[in-house]
This record gives sequence, C-alpha cells and structure tokens, in this order.
Amino acid sequence: MKFTLPWLKDHLDTDADPDRLAAALTALGLEVEGVSDPAADLHAFTIAYVKDAVQHPNADRLRVCTVETKDGVKQVVCGAPNARAGMKAVFAPEGAYVPGTGITLKRSRIRDVESEGMLCSMRELMLGDEHDGIVDYRGDAPVGAPAASALGVEGPVFDVAITPDRADCLGVLGIARDLAAGGVGRLKDVAVDPVPAMGRNGPAIRLDFPEGEEAACPVFVGRLIRGVRNGPSPAWMQRRLRAVGLRPISALVDVTNYVMLDLDRPLHVFDAAKLTGDLALRFAREGEELLALDGRTYGLTPEMTVIADEDGPQSLGGIMGGEDTGVTAETTDVLLEVALFDPIRTAMTGRTLGIDSDARARFERGLDPLMVLPGMEAATRLILELCGGEAQEPVVAGRVPESSRTVHFPLAELPRLGGIDLERAEIDAILGRLGFAVVGEGEGAIELRVPSWRGDVTDAACIVEELCRVHGYDRIPPVPLTRLAAVTPPVLTLEQRRRGHIRRTVADQGLLEAVTFSFTGEATAGPFTNGPLVRLLNPISSELSVMRPSLLPNLLWAAAGSFAKRREGGALFELGPRFTGSRPGDQVWALAGLRFGGMVERGWAEPARPVDAFDAKADALAALQAAGVRVEAVGVTAEAPPWYHPGRSGRLGLGPQTLATFGELHPKVIEAFDLPVSVVAFEIDLDALPKPKAKAKGRSPLERWPHPPVDRDFAFLVDAAVPAADVLKAARGADKRLIRDVALFDAYAGKGVPEGKRSLAFSVRLQAKDRTLTDADVEPVAQRIVQAVEKQTGGVLRG
Amino acid sequence: MSMDAGTMTMLEGLDALRAEIEASLREAPDLRALDEARVALLGRKGRVTDLAKGLGRLSPEDRPAAGQAINRLKAEAEALLQARRDHLAAAEMDARLQAERVDVTLPARRRSAGAIHPVSQVMDEIVAIFAEMGFAVAEGPDVEDDFHNFTALNIPPEHPSRQMMDTFYLEPEEGTVPFVLRTHTSPVQVRTMRTGKPPFRVIAPGRTYRSDSDATHTPMFHQCEGLLIDRRTHMGHLKGCLIEFVRAFFERDDITTRFRPSYFPFTEPSAEMDVGCRRTKDELVVGEGSDWLEVLGCGMVHPKVLKAVGLDPAQWQGFAFGMGIDRMAMLKYGIPDLRTFFEGDAGWLRHYGFSPLDLPTLFAGLSR
Repeated sequence: MKFTLPWLKDHLDTDADPDRLAAALTALGLEVEGVSDPAADLHAFTIAYVKDAVQHPNADRLRVCTVETKDGVKQVVCGAPNARAGMKAVFAPEGAYVPGTGITLKRSRIRDVESEGMLCSMRELMLGDEHDGIVDYRGDAPVGAPAASALGVEGPVFDVAITPDRADCLGVLGIARDLAAGGVGRLKDVAVDPVPAMGRNGPAIRLDFPEGEEAACPVFVGRLIRGVRNGPSPAWMQRRLRAVGLRPISALVDVTNYVMLDLDRPLHVFDAAKLTGDLALRFAREGEELLALDGRTYGLTPEMTVIADEDGPQSLGGIMGGEDTGVTAETTDVLLEVALFDPIRTAMTGRTLGIDSDARARFERGLDPLMVLPGMEAATRLILELCGGEAQEPVVAGRVPESSRTVHFPLAELPRLGGIDLERAEIDAILGRLGFAVVGEGEGAIELRVPSWRGDVTDAACIVEELCRVHGYDRIPPVPLTRLAAVTPPVLTLEQRRRGHIRRTVADQGLLEAVTFSFTGEATAGPFTNGPLVRLLNPISSELSVMRPSLLPNLLWAAAGSFAKRREGGALFELGPRFTGSRPGDQVWALAGLRFGGMVERGWAEPARPVDAFDAKADALAALQAAGVRVEAVGVTAEAPPWYHPGRSGRLGLGPQTLATFGELHPKVIEAFDLPVSVVAFEIDLDALPKPKAKAKGRSPLERWPHPPVDRDFAFLVDAAVPAADVLKAARGADKRLIRDVALFDAYAGKGVPEGKRSLAFSVRLQAKDRTLTDADVEPVAQRIVQAVEKQTGGVLRG
Repeated sequence: MSMDAGTMTMLEGLDALRAEIEASLREAPDLRALDEARVALLGRKGRVTDLAKGLGRLSPEDRPAAGQAINRLKAEAEALLQARRDHLAAAEMDARLQAERVDVTLPARRRSAGAIHPVSQVMDEIVAIFAEMGFAVAEGPDVEDDFHNFTALNIPPEHPSRQMMDTFYLEPEEGTVPFVLRTHTSPVQVRTMRTGKPPFRVIAPGRTYRSDSDATHTPMFHQCEGLLIDRRTHMGHLKGCLIEFVRAFFERDDITTRFRPSYFPFTEPSAEMDVGCRRTKDELVVGEGSDWLEVLGCGMVHPKVLKAVGLDPAQWQGFAFGMGIDRMAMLKYGIPDLRTFFEGDAGWLRHYGFSPLDLPTLFAGLSR
C-alpha cells in the first residue's frame, strides 16, 4: 500500500516529519518498506529556457539547443521533435541521474557536437508516460526553479506492507486512524454529506441468489449519474495516483481508484448506455463468459458472483468489471456501483481465474460494511465535481449487514499474555482512538464494541495485541526464561544424536555434505526405485516433479555439476529424508554417499587409482560403526538393488536384515548424468538400523593379553566363485579359543594360478591369555584351519 | 720388596702390549675390524687372556701385583674398545641416515577433507543455544495433512494467508484428499501439543517447501520452529528468550533488536523480530547500525490453536517462533546466494562448509 504525505494529511492532523511517521507506522505493525521522495530524486533537474534550437549539422533528427539554465548557458543536443526556441523545458546537467533511463549523464559529443546535459521527457523524469517529446513547461516558474516543485511532484511516498488481517489499512483513512491511535496526530473528520439527488432514474437491481447463499452479496447500491463528461482527471489527482503507482486513465476511472485508495472502498462505474435492462446479482451460469477490463475472456462457473444485465454477466463481483460496459471518453451516463461481496467467494473466484486486482485484494480481506453508503457519496461528489452531471437517487438492493459485534475482555489478560499492565484510563484511551467502545463493565472485565472496519478482532487476545502494539512492543520489558531443572535433560533423542554423529563421521571420512532438494525429476528418479513414484500435483518444473525415492539422483546431479566445473573427482554425501509414499510418515531418514573419479589422484608417491566398490564399502562400514552397529558381526553378500553394477556391488547385513548397500553404480544409470568417470556409492536407511540403546555409563574392564601372539600365514587355491568371506569365516571358526584375528593379505588370479581358481592368502593371529604359545599349540590349530577351509570351501592349501 | 725376573719381564711386556692395543683399537676402521681386534686381545686365545693364564707361573708373592696390572690393562682395553665401538656405531648411523635422505619438499600424500554443510552447522548452533534454555528437539513429517499444516493453525481453507505461501500438493491416492508438503515447520507445534503433555519447550528444525523459485527463493528451504507452553509465559518472556538467542547466535552482547507487530494466523499478539545492521558497499554487519534486518516471526500461541490441540487457553499459554535457517546462515557467515545452498557443488561445499569435528558448543564459542 502506497500513499503520499499530503494525501495522509487529508485525514491526519500532524506535524510529524516523514522519519517519525515511518517509525510510528512500523511500530504499529504497518511496516514501512520504503519512503521515497520523487522531488528529492529530481533535485538536479531545473526549469530552463530554450533560447535557440537549430538543426544538427550531421543528423536529420537532432537539434542543437542553446539553453539558459541556472548555471549559465549550455549547449544541448536534443532529439525531441517538439524542441524549439522560446520554450521552457526541464534541464538535467552533467552528473545528474535520470531515473527513467537509469543513466548518469556525462559530457558527451553527439555526432561531433558537444552536449552539456539533457532536456527531459516526463517518462525520463518518471512522472508520466509521455515520451514523444520533452516537457513543454508553460507555468510561471522561472529559469533555475526546481523541476519537481514546478511540475507539482507529490511526495514523499510511503510504501507500507499491510498484513492480511489489516484490511482496514488498505486505505489512507485507515492508516491515518492507526497513526492517530499511536499518538502522532489527530484524525480529521471527513464525513461526506449526501449529494442532493436530482431524480429517481436508473435500472432496477435485484439480488438473485438461492436461499442460504444471500451472503454472496448482501448489499448492492447503484446510482445513475447522467450527463457526465469523461475527460482526463485533474493534475492533483493524476499526481497522487501516479505517485502511488497507478496510471491515470480517465476522470471516471480515476475517481473509483482514488476512492478505493482513500477510503478503502472499491467501486465500479458502468457506462449506463451499454447496459441492457435491469441488473441482477446472481451466480454465473455454466458456459457464461466475460470479457474483462484486462482484455481477457474468462469462462465462468456457478460459484462465481456476477453482475448481469439482460444480455448476461457484465462484471465479476468484487474482482473486475467487463470491457463491454466500461466507460470511455464518449460516456455520458454512468452507473456507479458500491457493494459488499463475500470475502471467501471473492478469493476463490479470483484464485480460480487467476485475477489479482486491487478490488479483489480488498474484498477478500473483508471491508467495512458501514463504508458502503459514505463511499457512494464520496465517489458521487468527486464525479459531479470533475465530470459534471446529475446524480439520481441511489438504488439499494439488500441491506447493509449488522456489524455490531462485541468482545469480552478480562482486563487481567493484558498482563497475563502481554506482560504489561496499563492504567484503565490508558486502556480506554487507546481502544477509543482505535474505534472501540466500552459498552459494558463486569467483574474485572469490559465488553467492547468492535468497530465495523476491524473484522479481524475476534477475541481477548486480539485486544491484548491492540493494546501492546499501540503502547509499543518495544516498551514490553524482556524477561529471561527460568531454568526448568538443575540438570537439563538431554535435548536430543538417541536417534537424533546418532544421526548427528553419523553425519560428522561420514564427513570425517572425506565426504562433503550436500543438502539437495527433496524432489527430483521423474525420469531421474525412475531407475532408483522399484515402487511407484510420489508425484507433485503442481511441480515447479519437470526436473522437480517427484519426491525423491533415493538420495542418489540429486547427489549424482551435484557430482556431475561439480565435475563439469572442475574436472576432478570428489566425494559427496547427504543425510535426509527419502520418500516412499504420499502420506505423512511415508519417509525414512536415509544416508547416501558417493565418490567419483580418482580415489588416489596421479602423484609421485603411489599409483593413481579410480574409486572402486571397496571405497564405498569402507564408507558404509564407517557409517554403520558410527551408528553403533558391531561391524565384526556384519555379513556381506553380493546382492544389491538394480541401480548398482551387478558384479561390483553388495549388501551389508545382520542375518536377513539389510543395513547398507554399496558398490559401483550401473553404467546405464550413470550415463544419464553425464559423469564420464567411475562412480561408487553407498546407501543406508538409518531408520532400519537397530535402534540406538542408551549407553551403560560404566565400561567393562580392559582385557589384558600378557603373552605374545603368534602369526601364521596360509595360502589357499579356491574356486574363483567362492567368496573370500567364506574362506576367512571358515578359518576364523577353526578354533574359537586361540584364533584372535584372520587378515587377508592377498587375493590373486592369473599367471601361476589355474584357470577358474584364485589364490587367497591370509595371516592368522593366535594368542592365549595364560601362556606363550608354542609350536605344539599352533600346529594342531593350523591343521584344523586347513581342514575347515577345505571342507567348507573346497580350498586347497598351496604348497 | 723384590720381584723375580719372570715377573719383571712380564710387566715390561705389558707396557709394550698396552701401546700396541691402543694403536690397534684406535685405528680399527670399522666394527668388524674392531671385533677382530677384540678377539685377538681379549678372546679366549687373545694375548691379554694368555697373559692372565701365565700368572700361575709367577711366584705367589708377585701374583697379586701382576694380576692387578693385567686386570688394569684389560679394563683399559675394554674401555678403548667401547669408545671405538661407540664412535664407529655413530659414524655408521650417520652414514645410514645420510643414505636414507629423502626430498622432503616433495608434496605430501593427498587426503581430501570432508565438510559439514552450513545448514547442518547452523542447525546445530541453534540447537545448542536453545538446549541451554531447556528446549528439546522435535520432528515432524515433510508430507503433511491439511489439518496440521493449516486448519489447526487457524488457517481455514479460504484464508488469504494460504496464498501467502504457495503450497505444493502431492498427487493423491484414489479417492483421497491430496497431502501437502509442509509450508512451514509450525505443524510440528501441533503434533507436539497433541501428543505430549504440557509444559512444552521444543524447537523443530527441518525442511519446508513453497512453490516459489527466484533469486531469493528456492522451492525447498529450512525453518526452525520454537514452542514454549506453560502457565505463565507472556510477551516479556518471548522477548527475553529471543533476545538471548540472537545475542548467542550472532555472538554480540550489544546486538540491537526490535520487535514489530505483525500477523500470523496462529499467534496473537504476533510480532516480527529485527536485528540492527549496517550495510556497507560489500558487506552486511549484523548487530549494529541504523538499518534493520528481519530475522524471525513470533507471537503468543493463538487461543484457537490451543483449543484445536485440546489445551484450555485459560490454563495454558506461551509463545511460538519460526526462523529461516538458511537465511540465518547467510546472515551470519556472509553467504551470498540462497540457490547455491542446494546445488551440491563441491567447491562451494568446501569453501562454505565446516570441519566435521567442529561441533558447535556454547562454552567454546559457536562460530567457526
């Protein structure tokens, strides 16, 4: 909502300066988003006299003007067709910033002729649309006078953000009333006397709604005004409208806009000659259409309120008038409409049709019903004043709804909720200035009549807000919170704490944490789920059209983007939700990481190597360990979802329970992401992991192994298809008492190893708690290892 | 006292031998030569050993003196031997170390460091501050129903504020109403109050969604909700709590703050909180200066919301607040563009990310 200071002063008696007003508005909850002063922006622009204007020697369309300015005579090259000797114009010197072009003027040569400034059009001054020529000033201001005051620029302009509850402040009057309540002035009484009517002519108006739906339009007032002349509105009105961002159109249209902004009372004018027969307020009929004033045709449906004549709908109630019955320069008879339309229905209609009009914004927030008739009178008065004509008696259909509501306000609510205590007189004064009236007194409570323009005030808490904001939020003393207990209970659940620990552990493995969108593209997501995709009804784009079933697609996009920029490998992970369905709760906390490109980049110390499945496996195990899983107990199988390389991926699990999947991604899957390097990944559903347990506070005693271990190496030839894990498991199980560890140190196939076989070499560490082991202890264990491996895997000890 | 001639000869021989030993040990070129010299002198058949064996041939009177002399010589030889051995060992070590020299200016093995995203870090900071004030962390689903996201929060279907936040809807299953992606973290308030018992002190950080995408909006962003319900908390406490929060978060005791009346359907009275700031040509200083920067919305929980969750507004009262986590991260750490938060660019994550081991705590200072 924009307004100018002089406009405000029509309603508010105040000598507060713009800074004070701005501070007061913001403190009242009418947040000032900006105060601009068009006059200040134009301080460099002055009235100048064009002494001479001759043809430019090198350009047909340019003229070289000799201009008398406040800084002496200047030479200006000008392209305007109306530039001529003897005119007064607006001059901008070198260094001036021209708001309409965004350019700061420099001394320049135009086709070899020096130009020391500029003569400006209204559009260049941002004072109007005219740009066919320069300002042709015909007023009295002398050379050197500021252009702003000579042209009558109105300012300063306040731009105030009005919250949706404050419908009453979408008019200058309401803003003035709040300021008066806040103590920065006195509200002027601008009551409008009814205009004497010259007759009772005009169409009949009928409210034609089904029973029970009368609230769609409880009152509609039409007034015929005959014999008007619709020219441009006067300069003062144009200045104001333009200052607040509206384009002046014609006197009749400008009056409706002016009254809307001034009194927060939208109204509409029909060209009465274009209406056929009587008017009906009714719901639209299936198939009806309206060509609206914005030049577009809208298909109407039966929940929309229209103003119809015998030919059909001519206006959308509370939203926009129709083009066919709009006023033009030729209009002589107008029907002025002032009505109330149901806020909800207006909002729905506007939303359905996608029309955002100033009228809709006001109707849907709820208007002051008692402003219907004063609004009609104010608009009539202005029309008669500007356009002449004869006003007929207003025709009232329906009646202005009862708006007398009361709110029960226990006085103790103010200190209880607001944290302040005000004297009763102060309370009454604040509420009185806001338009509330005390209509009853009870035990520690008052009954308040709510002013007709404050539909937002419904209960005692609202009154607390009114009192607090007028008194000043900044005058509420801050009170520190009291501690709840001596020892703060843990603020994180075990799961939350574990998630944080996992996040930081994975990052510590060298992966960068990414946060990517919860949605992804349908085509992208498809390969990463076996189930149905969860689609958005109103996605922002096709790349963000489904809820992600996996964290991997967005991480892959991120990796591809990073690689494209830097041409180097990297590692990314994310911890966040993935979605399994379209209902609340159909989501799991998931962790996914990926590495791409080189794990060891080319260097002098060790050979370069690309990432492989075992890097992802290590990441997964580190995450599982951080999650509290006993990784020694975790089993590995070569099964993974189809988005992985079938031969280079696996699953980590505890028995049948899957904990993680890892491996190289399927080449077909990666192809879609334009990532021309190896990519490995792991995924963990954190919600599927064993629940974290509250830790026992004490630790078990440290185990002591005072006697040295014995290490013995073994190498077996096994079928290539036998998993290494089976061989190691067999060895480890050969003697539970003495074997402390089995570590694979070589896996080899190729020269020296028969086709279809591979050699696995591992070291077994044996140790006893009570004595140093001798060959006599070790030898039988070694034999059992050989037997166990042979029996369980068919492996044969290599000679 | 007199000595026999044999003894005399032997003692004279000792002197000569001493000279010889000194020469041979001092000149032994390496440990191996030294060991050979040792064997030749002190070994089982060594010359000094031989001398000792000859003691038996001497007269009993002479034996003690001769024995002493031989032992002295032996001790001297061993001392020389040790000295030479130490010397040679040191020289050998020197030589070995010289041979093992590497070029330490070669680059170190590369180990790439990971990082924590600013959103996670700032969430942890916010949690740390409110934890100190006794707030627990609550969570709710990203997909919400109309009741929790709107209706219970006093936002009926036709309410204009439903347009303030452009809502994403999910394609519904047959015959059901579409669910929404939560437009704010406020539904967690509702869930907390409906399932728990007052008093409440919770914050709820999480993902939120609005159908909005331009230079300063992304369709997904992060909010942190706060809720305090008890029997006596009022606007003064709200101010006290949030002023303490911004002081701790921006780590300035002198931070200037301002509360402005505002509107949210689920609070009454409602407010927005600004912190003072100063804008220079290329930076934004938070906490001082004559400009104001909005940081959060807040207010006393609306009696209608309390009723909707089954609490008696005459008995229970308190405040709620909500802030944008991404925005707080941008303000605090000077990160310029919201959209870059969610691109996952490795360079950005390295530059703006945080060390994994820097868990923010109040006692050690929040900021990194």
